[in-house]
Amino acid sequence: MVKINGEWEDAAGKTIAEYLSGTSYDVRRIAVEKGGEIVPKCAYDATTLMDGDVVEIVSFVGGG
Amino acid sequence: MEDALVIGGREFGSRFILGSGKYSLRLIEAAVKDAGAEIITLAVRRANTKEQENILDFIPKGVTLLPNTSGARNAEEAVRIARLARELGCGDFVKIEIMRDSKYLLPDNYETIKATETLAKEGFVVMPYMYPDLNVARDLVNAGAASIMPLAAPIGSNKGLATRDFIRILIDEIDLPVIVDAGIGRPSQACEAMEMGAAAIMANTALATAGDLPKMASAFRLAIEAGRKAYLAGIGRVLTRGASASDPLTGFLHD
Repeated sequence: MVKINGEWEDAAGKTIAEYLSGTSYDVRRIAVEKGGEIVPKCAYDATTLMDGDVVEIVSFVGGG
Repeated sequence: MEDALVIGGREFGSRFILGSGKYSLRLIEAAVKDAGAEIITLAVRRANTKEQENILDFIPKGVTLLPNTSGARNAEEAVRIARLARELGCGDFVKIEIMRDSKYLLPDNYETIKATETLAKEGFVVMPYMYPDLNVARDLVNAGAASIMPLAAPIGSNKGLATRDFIRILIDEIDLPVIVDAGIGRPSQACEAMEMGAAAIMANTALATAGDLPKMASAFRLAIEAGRKAYLAGIGRVLTRGASASDPLTGFLHD
């Protein structure tokens, strides 16, 4: 299981690109962090999610 | 550009930094236009697969994005958020905002200095939100800040220039743009800060809670321009006592 934005999901073994393609995230508008480190967009295909990984997927919202 | 605001080597004609929180995405374009704003702040949050609208699609082209690190409770979290913001592909500007206290939302100056140092070394244009303290401001300069953003009053309070005298000290002593951020509720307060020599004003809640947001954005723009012009003109002196006639003191019709 992989913790993505605070929720445990059955995504271990998938690459980040594979995981994202099964969701409705707009890839142009997000940034991904795994284990506290940024995963650049060019590395989505080559980065495989492992059991216990903690992933954050963020985007911009309104703010001051 | 005449009388440009220079931050991180970039020139801006506008001295009004606009927030984008607490109002409809549909009002952003009108707010930017009526504010004449060239910089808009944003926050970084967990993405939501249900929300298909993205704020970036509502911000006019050419406006500089200034992501903040709101939600950070220490320097480490602020650095993480800043890096994520840069990865979102909007440039190197970042407003550091670190709060340990959720009641008054006051910035943690100590952690802010630490985050400024780290991010400036990584090439960010760092604009720290801070409690107006001269020693901290000097540390922020040494840490590589591109401007400093002292608060006028608690965030979202619309209370105006509660820290007036301390902001004045920063303006007098610090060689970076001093941008008054947080607490400014009315155009007259923005104007006063600009008359004092503030480099720019940042406002969000003052607009978001106004009856007519674009109209208030326009009112702020005019007030900020007026205050800047008055500062450049040099404010007239104040008498400590007595009066000074504006009319000639000779040629009266009597005697």
